[in-house]
Amino acid sequence: MPINYYIFLALALFCIGIIGVLTRRNAIIIFMCIELMLNAANLLLVAFSKMQVDVNQPTAGSDAQIFVFFIMVVAAAEVSVGLAIIVMLYRNIHSVDVNFLNRLKN
Amino acid sequence: MNITQVLFWFLSVLAVGSAMMVVASKNPVHSILFLIITFFAISGHYILLNAQFLAIVNIIVYAGAIMVLFLFVVMLMNLNAESEPSQKNKYILYGGTIAGASLLLVLVAALKQTATTGQMIQTNGGSVGLIENLGKLLFTDYVFPFEISSVLFLSAMIGAVVVSKREG
Repeated sequence: MPINYYIFLALALFCIGIIGVLTRRNAIIIFMCIELMLNAANLLLVAFSKMQVDVNQPTAGSDAQIFVFFIMVVAAAEVSVGLAIIVMLYRNIHSVDVNFLNRLKN
Repeated sequence: MNITQVLFWFLSVLAVGSAMMVVASKNPVHSILFLIITFFAISGHYILLNAQFLAIVNIIVYAGAIMVLFLFVVMLMNLNAESEPSQKNKYILYGGTIAGASLLLVLVAALKQTATTGQMIQTNGGSVGLIENLGKLLFTDYVFPFEISSVLFLSAMIGAVVVSKREG
């Protein structure tokens, strides 16, 4: 499996996440598309970690998988705080529409 | 076409297809379920790359905890296809889609002729993703970020409780 295939797959998932963030109005769906982008980056990191094959050092490239582990840690913490904010938003305005937040301007 | 390639293409089509359904679906509960399918497809890719620890952690943490949290919040707010705010502005719909698609085009074109073109990945083997090697690395070289991540979780928990406290 050449590395290019994994690069294109991760890019496709990332760009689908970007399209979701730009076009959807529901705050929860936007948040889920951010998680999709994070997962695309995780997939690319794991693919690159398997690219380095060295006979002398069998665990070359495992730094990338540790990094993916920490990305998952950060994503879990971010989801908990983000969903708390969305629940507070819903409690105040009874809607999760992000266009509603334009009213903060005036 | 051996079994690895067949599995790779099947999992890729499943991941990209369910990701598109996440963005395009009207019902938010359907979006969450499609995202869970996407996470399972990505975990399948991790297993193909012999990253066993990350495959299991991906399923447990992402599909098992984070998506269930999303589902709780959606059920709490009782969101369904009727109450879903739809983007009526055609400019934003077309502009967003064209922006994402042109980003994909630009990145694919930029990475077409790089030095890593055609370099093969070692699937089905290798000891990089085994939990023993990752655990050794995590507790020797990366023990400081590991401990700091526990402080991060503590602050996230306190932050979530403080943010969602009721008045009085």
